[in-house]
Formats: sequence, structure tokens, C-alpha cells
Amino acid sequence: MHLPNIEDSLASWPPLARLVRNLSRRDFLKFTTIAGSGLTLGVVVPAVAKNGGLTVLGIEGTPGDYSTPFVRIDTDNTVTVICKHVEAGQGVWTGLPAVVAEELDASWSQMRAESSPAQVPTYGNFAFGPKGNVQGTGGSTSMANSWDQLRHAGAFARAMLVQAAANNWKVPAAEITVSEGVVAHSSGKKATFGELAAAAGKLPIPKDVKLKDPSQFKLIGTEKRLPRLDSHSKSTGTQTFAIDVMLPDMMTAMVLRPPRFGAKVQSIDPAAAKAVPGVVAVVQIPRGVAVVARDTWSAKKGREALQVVWDESGAEKRGTDALFKEYRQISGGADAVKVEQKGDAAGAFQKAAKVLDFEFEFPYLAHAPMEPLTAAAKLSPGKCEIWAGCQFQTIDQANAAQAAGLRPDQVTIYTLAAGGTFGRRANPESDYIVEAVSIAKAMGTPNPVKLIWTREDDITGGRYRPATYHHVKAGLSQDGKLVAVEQHVVNQSIMAGTPFAGMMKDGVDPTSVEGGTSEQYEVENAHVTWTQAKVGVPILWWRSVGHTHTAFVKEVVADELAAAAGQDPVAYRLSLLEEHPRSAAVLKLAAEKAGWDKPFPTGKAGNGSFRGRGVAVHESFGTVVAHIVEVTVTDGSVKVDRVVTAVDCGIAVTPDVVRAQMQSGIGYGLSAALYGKISLTDGRVDQSNFHQYRVLRINEMPRVIEIHIVPSTNAPSGVGEPGTPPIAPAVANAIRAATGIKLRKLPFDLAAAKAMKT
Amino acid sequence: MAIKLTVNNQPQELDVDPQMPLLWAIRDHLQLTGTKFGCGMALCGACTVHIDGQPTRSCVTPVSAAAGKSVTTIEGLSGPAGKAVQEAWVGLDVPQCGYCQSGQIMSASALLTANPKPTDADIDAAMSGNICRCATYARIRAAIHKAADSLPAKS
Repeated sequence: MHLPNIEDSLASWPPLARLVRNLSRRDFLKFTTIAGSGLTLGVVVPAVAKNGGLTVLGIEGTPGDYSTPFVRIDTDNTVTVICKHVEAGQGVWTGLPAVVAEELDASWSQMRAESSPAQVPTYGNFAFGPKGNVQGTGGSTSMANSWDQLRHAGAFARAMLVQAAANNWKVPAAEITVSEGVVAHSSGKKATFGELAAAAGKLPIPKDVKLKDPSQFKLIGTEKRLPRLDSHSKSTGTQTFAIDVMLPDMMTAMVLRPPRFGAKVQSIDPAAAKAVPGVVAVVQIPRGVAVVARDTWSAKKGREALQVVWDESGAEKRGTDALFKEYRQISGGADAVKVEQKGDAAGAFQKAAKVLDFEFEFPYLAHAPMEPLTAAAKLSPGKCEIWAGCQFQTIDQANAAQAAGLRPDQVTIYTLAAGGTFGRRANPESDYIVEAVSIAKAMGTPNPVKLIWTREDDITGGRYRPATYHHVKAGLSQDGKLVAVEQHVVNQSIMAGTPFAGMMKDGVDPTSVEGGTSEQYEVENAHVTWTQAKVGVPILWWRSVGHTHTAFVKEVVADELAAAAGQDPVAYRLSLLEEHPRSAAVLKLAAEKAGWDKPFPTGKAGNGSFRGRGVAVHESFGTVVAHIVEVTVTDGSVKVDRVVTAVDCGIAVTPDVVRAQMQSGIGYGLSAALYGKISLTDGRVDQSNFHQYRVLRINEMPRVIEIHIVPSTNAPSGVGEPGTPPIAPAVANAIRAATGIKLRKLPFDLAAAKAMKT
Repeated sequence: MAIKLTVNNQPQELDVDPQMPLLWAIRDHLQLTGTKFGCGMALCGACTVHIDGQPTRSCVTPVSAAAGKSVTTIEGLSGPAGKAVQEAWVGLDVPQCGYCQSGQIMSASALLTANPKPTDADIDAAMSGNICRCATYARIRAAIHKAADSLPAKS
């Protein structure tokens, strides 16, 4: 998601305002160490200077408390990187330790990763704003945000280990070398980090350290294999997710939620639910009615038996067909707000030799992570503990505090590995966490409560990628040059009405329009508007957010403009990218590796099949990705045979993780292109589980995926999301090349598109 | 009456609702949490265990149907195919979020036990019931082939 500087808007949001502390000065690169029982070396970045002295935020008045380092070197010779970002599959438990290991000259085998506590600004996300007042993972920012901090953390730790060795051996520090986790001197003296950790922890902090020049990197960016630190636990069933949390006397809860968004409880008859063996309580909470039981099966059976009458007077009762009809009507209308106005679009259209007109529709999409939303909450006097795959730790902390009637600092967050999230667990109301806390509070007993959403809860429960409508007009000159673009976007705002509303500029939600045509391609005349739809369906950022639809529009339009201009799709794009050299370079690399200049047998391929090749390039979250795909279309069904990907993400810290994220982004995007759709009839969600909300399976994954990483010495950007936006348009363009069918709605329905005049 | 079954070679007695899915019996009552809940309708494969060696969706299998049988979960996976699969999974860094991988590994090891040298079509047939939202499918396929390469062909 796109979250530049959210702090100021968040600081005024009541639940969080209590959390944000006034800092007199934040001294980014000063360090403090705390030797926990004299055995370990802790390095804290940044430490907070208070009253001229160094303290560590969050543990004031508790000397010796050792809860907030970035790197911990234990006497058992392990080096643990404390990760402030959630590991949800994107590989931060590998990428972040790699940054530390590099500057520390550690051996990869001694590296470990663990989640940090929820604590700002120590663990704030500085990509969300310079004050670090929000801890969270999103917008593919984890590596970019931690890069500088963790390089320094590694370098300082190294310097202190070296100094400890120099003191022990009575030799100059400059004569000491460090390699693969061994500190050595030419005299033959050697020591491990673990052997030096206690002594190092007692040393003063060096004033400054020199970071490596990228040419000196031995681990980062090299093809030396850095195995994921979580592969073993995730291949043996030993990784603990929130759903696996088992606490003494813990109860399991499920919540019956309204059948339509916005409905409220009118009356509850708990008798049948309470009669189910194992059910211990039925409690009303703000979001519905919870059945609390001794195990999951009892909770589920109890919920099935529960009788609730809903007051649906304030509920959203429109269906998605009606919504899209309305979106078309309000597009570019009286309520449209200006996103961009440059040149003279109206005049340019009048002079244009050709004007092409496009309408696109994108459905609501559920994130559907494999681990449904789950959180465990334990309340005790003056204290609340949360176990979850938290994606917005301090927002979750603040929301949990409000639900529990406590202060945020009385809420302890244990961030566990998330079984996927794709944005779903980063929501401003912390829905599932607040439910767990509310249930525990309503119970009024000391029992910890584990809330489990079923798959049906997940698919029907809202917080979808907003349904979106685009209307685009593009004008071409006689020689095919793009001279004017008009683009009108209609959807619900993700930010309006949330703590993120302060990030909206001039009434525009950036997450609705980011990645638009006139933003990423050069055009002299542009008129872009956005109209906020008011719908009672809860929405959220979904892997790559606004780019999920803007990239499709931009790249399908670009392809059809190239065709209208009689030009090659790659060459045409390059002509629009003269001021976007990174995008141009990525596109060229993909084209070269895919053999774009070689003839491709487009069209009828025998057996009633058609083959086609398509391209798309898009920048999101500071990373540029181009995909070139080859498809076979048979009886309206699409098989993606080959994907050639080029990516520029700055320094690829762990190239194999970058490749994994490109593969993942491709697969996630293909699910949406081919199948993904949440529709509503009279306000009720039509889909309930994977039989109706289809997702990509192994037999549908492209058999050939080739990924090429652009060499770079720029600081790293993210890779979790950017692989997703360009895959659907690349496939749509390949389908058009193969069959002539122009796709204007997702998911793809070739028969419907063929019947529709465009 | 308690239901008697064997789980990971240990005899167990479960005094639970006979209709309780095996998934919840082994997770909630035996604290074997490696087996995951994903859909509850045998649509995603996250809950796959072996019952008498056969890959089975435990989320739709009543615990009573496993009475007297031998259940193997990811925690008890052993034998040459299981070990080869797990080694290949780690060797190729298959997992991302990892939540579905227990089920993927149980399906893959059952496939290799029955068919030590599967073709891509065999892999599609055996593995298409296991969803991975991180789309680790390319690596799952590669890891199954890698595991197969490390196993002797069935005599």
C-alpha cells in the first residue's frame, strides 16, 4: 500500500494519540547497549536521547530490561535479528538478517530471526513517516525501511566485537579481521562472536562506523545461497501461527456476523447454542454475537445453532450489478475530484487523429490468506496480551487497548508468523483482534480466548479490494503519438473515514488512483478525476492496492494504442518512457530475454487453440516489473505457458527471495485475472468458500517462469507487491493477440467479452 | 465411548463427539497443530493427513471414521518419501508464509510413496487439491521432482 507520512494523521486519531509520545530528540544513529545479565550484546537503533542522555524508549526506569534491541548476539554464538516487520511469507525473516550478517561478517548458519515487540518509535516504520510513530508492514516497505538501520546495527556490533577482541588480545583493533563469524588476528588468535559477546556488551559505543561499499558485499545481492531461516519450521509443521496458540484454560470462539454489511443485532436466542456440548457462553460484542466453547468444533456447532434476529434497516442492500451501473453514471460527474490536470486535454482531443474509448470494471476481491483471521487474547487485571500475525502492530495495540479499556502500553503484542495476509491483517480497525479482545472482556473470566474465522467468515466478511470502474479516453496524433489522456476512476476510498484520512490530498485518496496512465507514461495533456463511491461494503488494501486496477487499465490501453498506431507494443511503450529510464530498461531486459524480436506463432495453433504473446510493465512501490507472457486459449479457457519477468528493485538483497516474490505475485495476480470475484446480490455476498471464490491451483501455474533481476547499486525497494500489477494486463494483451478478444472486465470471461462490443 | 485410533504410531483414545472432524480432534485434543485448517470443505488440502497411508482431508473426515486406523500427521511423517520431500522442500526454499505446506508435504509424500517417479501430469493430479495462496507451486513441482530424483525407483 501507499503510505507516505501517515503519522500526522494517525497522531490525531484518538486510540493512537495516547500512544504517540513526545520525543524531545531522536538521535538516529546513536546507540546504546544493555548487557542482559552480562551475557549478550544488544544494539539498539535508533535510541532516543532524553535529557541529553541515552535511554531506550519503552523501558524507561527499568535498567537491565532487554526487550528492544535490533540485534542480539548470545553467548551460544547465535546472532538474532529482531524484526519489526511481520513475516507473512515475503521473506523478511531472511532478508533482514542478511543485511545484518553482511555488515557483521557473520556466518549465515548462526543467524536467527524473531519478531520485535510493538513499540514506537524504536520499531516504527520510517517509510510511513519520519517520526516512526507507527509500526507496521505494508507498501512493500520492509526492506527499504530497515536497510539503513540494520546495516548500521550490524556494523556497530562488528566494531564492538572487534574492540573486545583487541582488548582481550592486547593488539590494535585495526589488525583484526572478521570473516564467517570468526574474529581473528594474524598472531593466530581467534574467537567466535559468542565468546566475545559478554565483553563487547560492556564496551562504550563507538562514535561512528563505516559501512561497506556495495562492491565489498559477500552475501547481499550475490547468488550465494542464503537459505530461508524459516524453511525448516515451515516444512516440519513446527512453525507457530496464531491458530496454533494453545494457552492453559483457553476457550475457542467463533462470531456470528450480520448477513448484510451494516446490519445490527436485534435479538438473540442463545438457548440452542448453549445446549451444544462444549459451549460455555454466548456473548454479544460490537461486531456480532460470539459463541465461546471448549474447542473449535463445539464453537462451530454452537454458532450453527445460534439464533439471532438482525436489524437490517441500516444495512447495505445493493448488489454489485447496481453498483457498477451507478459507478458508470457518476464517473467524471459532479462529485468527481481532480487528480491531475495538465496541458489542454479537451483541445488536444479535438485535434487528435484518433480517439479511443475504454471502460473497465474490477470486482471486489477477498484476500483469502490460507490462515484465516485468527487471534488469541488474554486479559488480566491491567493487562492485555495478543497473539496474532499482526501487520499493524501499534495500531492493533491501540485498538485492542480501546476494546479492553486499557492504555496501549498495557497491551502486549506477540507478533507471530502470519499464514499469509496480502494486506488483510493490516486494517485500521483491527477487526479480528478487537473481536478477540471484546469476547474475552465480555466473558469476564480469566480464560484466554482464541478467535477463529472460518473460510466462510473470511470470504463473506468484507474488507475487500474495492470494486472499481475506469473510463479512459486516449487521443493519438496522425503519427500515432499519445497526445491526450482522460481518465475517470470511481471506487470507494480505502482511507476516507479511517485514521489514514489525513493522507488524502485535495480530496483524493492516493490508493484509488496510484499508477495511472498519465503518471507512468509521458503525455502532454491529461485530465484525471476520481469519484468516491459511498457503499457500505468494508474495503481494504489488497496486494498492490490501487495498482491492482490502474496497471491493468494503463497496460491494456497502451497495447491497444500501439495497435491503433500500427506499432510494436514494446517499441510503442518505450517511446512513452523516455523520461522513465528504469521502466524502459526493465522492459527492454524482459523483451530481450523473452526473445520478443523473434517471430512468435500468433493465432490459430491447431486443435482449436490460439496462441498469443503479451507484455506489460509497471512501477509500484519503487520497483519496476515487466512481464512478457505466452498463452494458449482453448475453448475460452486460458493457459499461461510462459512468463519472462524483469525486475528492478534496487539492490536485490536476497535474490532467491526476490524470485520467490515475483513467482508469488504472478500467481496471486493470475488468480484475480482468471477467477477472482466477490459479487453481492441484494447486499449479500454470493461466494462463501474456495469452490465459489476460485484461486489458482498448481496445474494452472505457468510451467515456465524466468526471472531476471536488473543489477543495481541503488538502495533496495520492495518486492512483495510489485510482481502482481503487470501480470493480468500482460495476459489480457496476449489473449487479444491470440484471439482479438478485448477484455474490459475482471475476472476474464472470454465468451462474454467476445459478445460485447468495445 | 472413547474412539481408539493410532496417531503417529501412538495409541490414542479420544472422548469427543464422533462427528468431530479428525482435524479438530488432532489439533485441539492431541495438540498436534502442524495440520492446518484452511476451508473445512476439502477444497484446499491444508488439513491433509495420511490414514493408513492414504492422503485424506481431515477437515471433512469424522474422527469416528478413523477409529481403529493409523493416522500420520506432519509431526509423524517418516519413511524415505516423507524425508525426501521435506529435504527437498527445505533445499529449494519452497515455503513462503508456510501455512499450507504441511498439507502440501503430506500430499507430495503420499504421491511419491505410490509413484516414486511422477510426471508433471501426475503431480498436477495429486497436488491440484492443495491450494497455496503464496503460489509456491513452481517450487512445489521442482521439489517433488528433486525428491523423486533422490529416491530409488520402485522395484
